Amino acid sequence: MPKPNPSDRFYSKDHEWIKDLGDGTALIGITDYAQEMLTDIVFVELPEPGKKIAAGEPLAVVESVKSVSDVYAPVGCEVIEVNTELEGAPELINSDAFGAGWIAKVRPDDAAELGTLLAAADYNKLIREDGQ
Amino acid sequence: MKKTPLYEKHLALNAKIIDFGGWAMPVQYTGVIAEHNATRNACSVFDICHMGEIKVTGTGAQALLQFALTRDLAGQKAGRVRLALLLNDHGGIIDDLTVYKMADDLFILVTNATRTEMVLHRLRSILAARNFDCRLEDLSHKTGKVDLQGPKAQELLLTQTDADLKSLGFYSFLKAQVAGIKAVISRSGYTGEDGFEIYAASEKIGLIWDRLLAAGADFGLQPAGLGARDTLRLECAMMLNGEDMTEDTSPLEVTYGWLLDWDKDFAGKEAAAALRDRGIDKKLVGFEMTGRGIARHGYSVYHGEKPAGFVTSGSFSPTLTKAIGLAMLDIPCAAEGTDLSVIIRDKPASAKVVKIPFYKREKS
Repeated sequence: MPKPNPSDRFYSKDHEWIKDLGDGTALIGITDYAQEMLTDIVFVELPEPGKKIAAGEPLAVVESVKSVSDVYAPVGCEVIEVNTELEGAPELINSDAFGAGWIAKVRPDDAAELGTLLAAADYNKLIREDGQ
Repeated sequence: MKKTPLYEKHLALNAKIIDFGGWAMPVQYTGVIAEHNATRNACSVFDICHMGEIKVTGTGAQALLQFALTRDLAGQKAGRVRLALLLNDHGGIIDDLTVYKMADDLFILVTNATRTEMVLHRLRSILAARNFDCRLEDLSHKTGKVDLQGPKAQELLLTQTDADLKSLGFYSFLKAQVAGIKAVISRSGYTGEDGFEIYAASEKIGLIWDRLLAAGADFGLQPAGLGARDTLRLECAMMLNGEDMTEDTSPLEVTYGWLLDWDKDFAGKEAAAALRDRGIDKKLVGFEMTGRGIARHGYSVYHGEKPAGFVTSGSFSPTLTKAIGLAMLDIPCAAEGTDLSVIIRDKPASAKVVKIPFYKREKS
């Protein structure tokens, strides 16, 4: 069973989460549901800090043993830091997708855009329907 | 999509289903790495019902196969399995298949799922052109198959059969009851571990599957999907038809040169001999990633600035915990130790040619 989706962040339909850190920056990762679908993450390709990414464009790549998947930026943003721990330990996404498995810290172009994403309750509903 | 007799069981086990050559097959149940490691360290069971089985009967059965296939079957005894190739007139591989000799006038060919139709077509056209006294029958839809693989496979299977498995040699088979069902048990597989391929009537194979799963808990058994099957075979550098070879591939370019018995005739020999005499200009080799990234099927490979070929199979290796693969490379770039770049998402990542197999089990 996936872990509950924390209510302190927003979600995309592509199974990314974004958490506003309150200082003009936000963390991005993939959801526990997403890591459970991927299983066995063995490689993560991280973006370069400083890179500007439009909403819906690829931010990172996660690879499981058998699959290659893009991680999309839920909002337009600039990458300010990446989780370099993932280079040596990509499985952190499997074990702690909402915490230690974060992928990038970004500066959203427009903080208000986060509000257009899904709240935890809506995302719960989405994955329930997805699973059927 | 076509479904195997075990399809509903995969759904009940929460398997992830993919389209494999038109078949709805489980790619994984709990996870590729767990299933892979269970096979290397304990045992696993695979649904292989999608593979083809072709019966060849009659006094001319052996003569047909002896002519059609690359391998000399003259010395093959009943109860033995041989790997052989069926080539087209250009010397390309139609299928790499196994030949089960049941009796002097009865053989079963086990074919790759996606190649069964082509094998039948080729054998029928050889039969039409030459007069061998034999009949072909496609038993694929009537035949179920599960592979039980891993160091604990024999111990587990002995809970379900009285067959003398301990004296059954590699690439040998016998007829026996498994879970009370008439079956053929062959000591063979596609994982690099000890293990068995078990054949039974398609409507009965589910019983064998259920009994193995029920008894398997004590032996660390995992149901395993095509994902683990692929990483297991790749570590042993066993090729996958359709990925590492196509009908345009000569056995001489891949690791199958040893399957050509030049002392006898075989369909496609003329073209194969011409290539042998001319010399190959590309070759399948093993490589490992020395830079970051995982090479995948179809990625381009360079040697310096020069295009060298392409990746045919590539994956993360759960046993070696690094990225490995097979690539078809121009001969000047194919020597062991050659530095390569694999183009991953438009960027080069370093790799080098290494000896295969990547993994070999320690024989007990």
